[in-house]
Amino acid sequence: MSSNKKYWKSVGELNEENSSDLETLRHKEFVQEVPVDEFLGDKDTLESSSTSRRDFLKYVGFSTAAASLAACEGPVRKSIPYVVQPDQIIPGVANYYATTIANGHDFASILVKTREGRPIKIDNNNLATTNGSANARVNASVLDLYDSLRVASPMKGEEESSWTEFDADTTQALNSLKNEGKEIVLLTQTFASPSTSRLISEFREKYGNVRHVVYDAISESAAIEAYQNKYGERGLANYDFSKAATIVSVGADFLGDWHGGGFDSAYAKGRIPQHGKMSRHIQFESNMSLTGANADKRIPLKPSEQKVVLAKLYGKITGSSVSGTLPANVAAAVDATASELLKAGSNAVVVTGIQDVKAQNIVLAINEALGSNAFDASTPIKTRQGDDKAVAQLVADMNAGTIGAIIMSGVNPMYTLPNAAEFEAGLGKVDLSIAFSMKVDETASLTNYIAAAPHYLESWGDVELKKGHYGLMQPTIRPLFDTRQFQDALLMWNENTATYHDYIKDTWNTSVLNGSTWSQALHDGIYVNTNVEAAAVEAEANDSANADARVLAGASSNGFELTLYSKTGMGDGQQANNPWLQEFPDPLTRASWDNYLTMSEADAKELGLFLEESSFFNEARHDATGGLNGKYANITVNGVTLKVPVMIQPGQAKGSVGLSFGYGKTLGMKIEMQTGVNAYPLYNDFDTVQEVTIEATTGKHEFACVQLHNTLMGRGDIIKETTLEVFNSEKASTWNSVPVVSLNHEETPVTSSDVDLWAEFDRSIGHHFNLSIDLNACTGCGSCVIACHAENNVPVVGKEEIRRSRDMHWLRIDRYYSSEDTFEHDNEKKDNIKGLASSLTGFAEMEDPSENPQVVFQPVMCQHCNHAPCETVCPVAATSHGRQGQNHMAYNRCVGTRYCANNCPYKVRRFNWFLYNGNDEFDFHMNDDLGRMVINPDVTVRSRGVMEKCSMCIQMTQKTILDAKRDGRVVKPNEFKTACSAACSSGAMVFGDINDKHSDITELKDDNRAYHLLESVGTKPNVVYQVKVRNTNEA
Amino acid sequence: MLLLCEIFITEYCSICMKKSYQRLEGNSTNDMKQVIHRKITSGFLLTGLIFLLTFSSNLFAQDGDPAEGKALFNTNCAACHNLDRKMTGPALRGVEARLSEDEGLDRDWISGWIRNSPSMIKSGDAYAVKIYTEYSNAPMTPMPQLSDEDISNILAYTAQEKAAPAGGTAVTTQAKAREEGGISNELILGALAILFMLLAIGLIVVNKTLRRFAIANNVDVAEEVRRRSLWKAFVKNQFLLLVTAIFFLLTSAYFMYGFVMQIGIDQGYQPVQPIHFSHKIHAGDNKIDCKYCHSSARVSKTSGIPSLNVCMNCHKSIFEYNGETTADYSKEFYDGEINKLYDAVGWDDEEQQYTGNTKPVKWVRVHNLPDFVYYNHSQHVMVGGIECQTCHGPIEEMEIVEQHSPLTMGWCINCHKTTNVKTKDNGYYTKIHEQLSKKYGVDQLTVAMQGGLECGKCHY
Repeated sequence: MSSNKKYWKSVGELNEENSSDLETLRHKEFVQEVPVDEFLGDKDTLESSSTSRRDFLKYVGFSTAAASLAACEGPVRKSIPYVVQPDQIIPGVANYYATTIANGHDFASILVKTREGRPIKIDNNNLATTNGSANARVNASVLDLYDSLRVASPMKGEEESSWTEFDADTTQALNSLKNEGKEIVLLTQTFASPSTSRLISEFREKYGNVRHVVYDAISESAAIEAYQNKYGERGLANYDFSKAATIVSVGADFLGDWHGGGFDSAYAKGRIPQHGKMSRHIQFESNMSLTGANADKRIPLKPSEQKVVLAKLYGKITGSSVSGTLPANVAAAVDATASELLKAGSNAVVVTGIQDVKAQNIVLAINEALGSNAFDASTPIKTRQGDDKAVAQLVADMNAGTIGAIIMSGVNPMYTLPNAAEFEAGLGKVDLSIAFSMKVDETASLTNYIAAAPHYLESWGDVELKKGHYGLMQPTIRPLFDTRQFQDALLMWNENTATYHDYIKDTWNTSVLNGSTWSQALHDGIYVNTNVEAAAVEAEANDSANADARVLAGASSNGFELTLYSKTGMGDGQQANNPWLQEFPDPLTRASWDNYLTMSEADAKELGLFLEESSFFNEARHDATGGLNGKYANITVNGVTLKVPVMIQPGQAKGSVGLSFGYGKTLGMKIEMQTGVNAYPLYNDFDTVQEVTIEATTGKHEFACVQLHNTLMGRGDIIKETTLEVFNSEKASTWNSVPVVSLNHEETPVTSSDVDLWAEFDRSIGHHFNLSIDLNACTGCGSCVIACHAENNVPVVGKEEIRRSRDMHWLRIDRYYSSEDTFEHDNEKKDNIKGLASSLTGFAEMEDPSENPQVVFQPVMCQHCNHAPCETVCPVAATSHGRQGQNHMAYNRCVGTRYCANNCPYKVRRFNWFLYNGNDEFDFHMNDDLGRMVINPDVTVRSRGVMEKCSMCIQMTQKTILDAKRDGRVVKPNEFKTACSAACSSGAMVFGDINDKHSDITELKDDNRAYHLLESVGTKPNVVYQVKVRNTNEA
Repeated sequence: MLLLCEIFITEYCSICMKKSYQRLEGNSTNDMKQVIHRKITSGFLLTGLIFLLTFSSNLFAQDGDPAEGKALFNTNCAACHNLDRKMTGPALRGVEARLSEDEGLDRDWISGWIRNSPSMIKSGDAYAVKIYTEYSNAPMTPMPQLSDEDISNILAYTAQEKAAPAGGTAVTTQAKAREEGGISNELILGALAILFMLLAIGLIVVNKTLRRFAIANNVDVAEEVRRRSLWKAFVKNQFLLLVTAIFFLLTSAYFMYGFVMQIGIDQGYQPVQPIHFSHKIHAGDNKIDCKYCHSSARVSKTSGIPSLNVCMNCHKSIFEYNGETTADYSKEFYDGEINKLYDAVGWDDEEQQYTGNTKPVKWVRVHNLPDFVYYNHSQHVMVGGIECQTCHGPIEEMEIVEQHSPLTMGWCINCHKTTNVKTKDNGYYTKIHEQLSKKYGVDQLTVAMQGGLECGKCHY
């Protein structure tokens, strides 16, 4: 049987047709001759050639060897000096210019460091105490200047155009509109600029029918209206939290972007215990915000309940009766809070972030009733002027076809408006649309003309930050592209031949400067008109507060409530193409490159949106690499549905969810940066609180989270904390005890030299640097993280790499939740764990944060241990210790064994897994010439395969020393700075030389709150932390 | 062999010639060394005198002393005037003759103009106004201090004929002198060679004669005993072979190591620059302070390649080179390089104004420290008081700059180990010097003692 079997390779073979071909195929691979000669060229020459295959190989070998030898020659480098060197510029020496950022969302007085004419870093302007200081976004704004996707020249539709054409076309169009009597609308960001206001009024005079609409993407309209109702002036109430002993916030993230931000340094001042006193902070909120995380007492509750709380507080303080129902625990908290407020009297302050005029009215009334010192009615904040009603009216009018022209500057309504579709339809009915924009963004791409706008570091400008407090904006670099600012265009349309610089100077000399000079103001970047401050503002009698309170007390909701918020790193989203900010981990969730729906664990479980820690068959919360996963939910607000990943947020009030603005931009963005979802379509009526329905949907979302372990698990020596009561009454050894070890059966403190393995090096001569970090003052704002990024050329690695825990931040701000209600309870629980069974369950429980946890922030960078574990394991001595206390890292010596990182107890060493500059796989700013302009020339750009870490900004300490040497003087007290300590406006980070008795650091190092991280390891770090003190005193 | 000899001789000759050049340079006058400046036109010094003494054909200049006039001209006029070139003011050669012939203006007019030109312009004198408007409405600085004699001296100086041909002769005589020097050396060499040749021939002849005598007298000239050749003995000796092989291997390894360690150390790197800038002429001959041009070395980490406007501080008036020249670098060559500068900076030398067409110069970096090293010039130059030459070598002798030092870490470290810190009169060091010198028991602290060998001081 088997012999009959026929094996065949093809049907032809089976049928035995065309047997000749088959026959040939059996012996040769190809039936026909392959025409080799054709592609080999001339056959004769080939055959007659004396070059055999062997010779050919010899030649190849020789030329390869020769080429590689020749490559040993260094490359020829060119140096091109200036033809005419500007007087102020000396190559290699940094220049600083005081200027002001005013991009519509962030307003701050800053110093810009320029090198060879390139702005490379933003510093705080210490002369300006007006508007806080540079936050993380402001620090990162210098990178926006070098965005490779900026519009390089004016555009007409999609075609490149010129300013001459733009001028001719637009002037003609505007004039014909003027003749037709059609309305011209200027839709702008908040400029808060006296000169721009003057320009716009002149524009109005010239073109007649002109409407100016101010639009803030994230509106504070309700608060402005309330202030206007009471004090007769459009502005935001100004608070000085350093003057408040009791701070009560109902849904106000005042350490974030509430009222334009900038309150953190004053707040932090009051948080450092002095003379046994510190402020007490009570926070009622639904999302876990930065402010809530810093509060002494935090009460999570739904947004609708916040209104009731506010109404009740009002009732208790003014003695009027307010009804309304609250859960028992919240009601008790309100009672306690009210009594604390009454006790503190004028030392108390109440603020709210509820976007409701009535709520804002009540807050003003409460503060008036308290006579709050912290509330300053005479200097309203001017940095938010957006008018929601005017914007809504404008969209309606555009659709009605009554608008002739719309000129936009600093706004992107197609991205930020909830009714963007209506706006788009309206835009089609407008005869002339112009967008002054740095990008071809969602709005600019739809307009007739894109007027390429300069970055604020290339522009002139002035800002009235608060009433009587002015800032000047000056260019720090020549425009990189063919751009023109909005104000210059207005001047052109007004047929005014002056430059905007001259125009501002004129405005200031006539109406702003009161006896001071322009040069001085320009030098300082800030001018305060003290006369204005002195003028007292009379509050108008307002009896509506009672009525408002009654209305608010009736607030209720049935379903989920969504609170939209702005993230510390992303703000309103205009800087979304900034890789530093994308990679910046959110202070609370510690996730980067994303936004997400924050939800309480209980709600997530109920809705089926909770991923178990580990499950055998299903998706787990963490991948094998540790990467955090989340489920997706469809959320629907007012008919708009978004698919968003869900992040479990401890402290999120049950029944409430949160989603941040600023993500989901698609136009004018690099592919890598197009992350997250756009929350603006849910921002109906400019109300940050929306009713929402949520349902689980399919798919697994991969988060890029830099901290995967969320609790301290009772390790009280990592973050030491105590209460104000204990701090005031007990000895330091009880609340800040030094760990002990057994030496000859006697308990000996680890700081003792008897239990030290190493001989101590005498560091009393010369400088010895220490960095003190006050856990009380640190709000977790993260400006130090970005400042470090900018100063030290820290690479951006992208979402995928972050997910693999390969982030490169030299400075991280660890955030820990308590697993019990407080960290103290954590410690107790840990101490009470005895035996195997209880430890298995107990420790597992302690890994989960509590429902409403206490939160602490701890900035961690290289601790510069005097007995550094990393130094002893480096096989090539690439990391060594300097006598000034810094742990040095010689990149060119490092061979990348990573022993040091493994042996570091603080896990602060970062390894360059890839070449992060000039590599298309990492297409961030270091991959294009423009983006590389931000690189600090004093710091090496690291290459692949080397370890790096915080250097304690040795380039800055060395510069300070050199400056002193050159001047032949001693270094002044507190002259030493690092990038992080300079960026820290809250005073949490203080750097200095402990051998200089006049420096602040000397005192801080020996403060009884000072301790070292993981002191028991005996590493003798040069970074000291100050014990966190919580004010738990219920008055 | 012959070929080698030839090479040797030519090499030797050229060395001799070079030496003779140097000698010549040493002998030449100080004036000859300098680049011709409009203030000190050295060529005129010699030639002008000759012309004055021999021809003195000029009628108007007879009453003045041109030598005195030259001194006066250089002090008072040379800032704005040149004899042959239009500068801020007009060219002045033969000004008196020209004015008298073309405009009919006499010396009184000239004296009046020199002493107080603004008043003449004000009075509406036609030619005064013409000059005033022609030279961009800038009146000449009044010089009331000049006496009639001074003026006549100056005019006598301006009346001299142009000295260009004399300059030519000077160059040719120079060249001649050089040639003479060369010939005399060659002669000596030739004589020596002939002498040696004669000696060699003599010896051979003597040898031959002696042998002939020996044969004639039947003296037995000892035949060399044929022994086993050394080479064969060596090859047979295995031990020696092994030792030699090891020796050769070790030696070649040593040299190989030396060669490999050279890679990336571009000592002696001497790239061709877009403009042939001679440090020898500027820093050497004219003794310009390094930090005049490299001013940022005082305050910055870079020494700074001077921007072209710094060059123009001097080269606005120095338009030609008149120092000594060589066969490789002639006057025309140097003048061409100055013109390259004018071209780059956009200076129209004829019109004496900037055109605005600039072409930044792309210099080739000579000293390339790797990016991972932080080096600060001001630290070394100002705080340390180190001479530029310590690292950059005899830059004032370099026609083309080359990398003098290896710029290796070992080289840095050695210097840091041996150099004392300049602590005197520096407030920064007072305390630390006292403490450290006590600690180490020394008076003078080296950079290393101050922590100058720590990795992080240069690598960050």
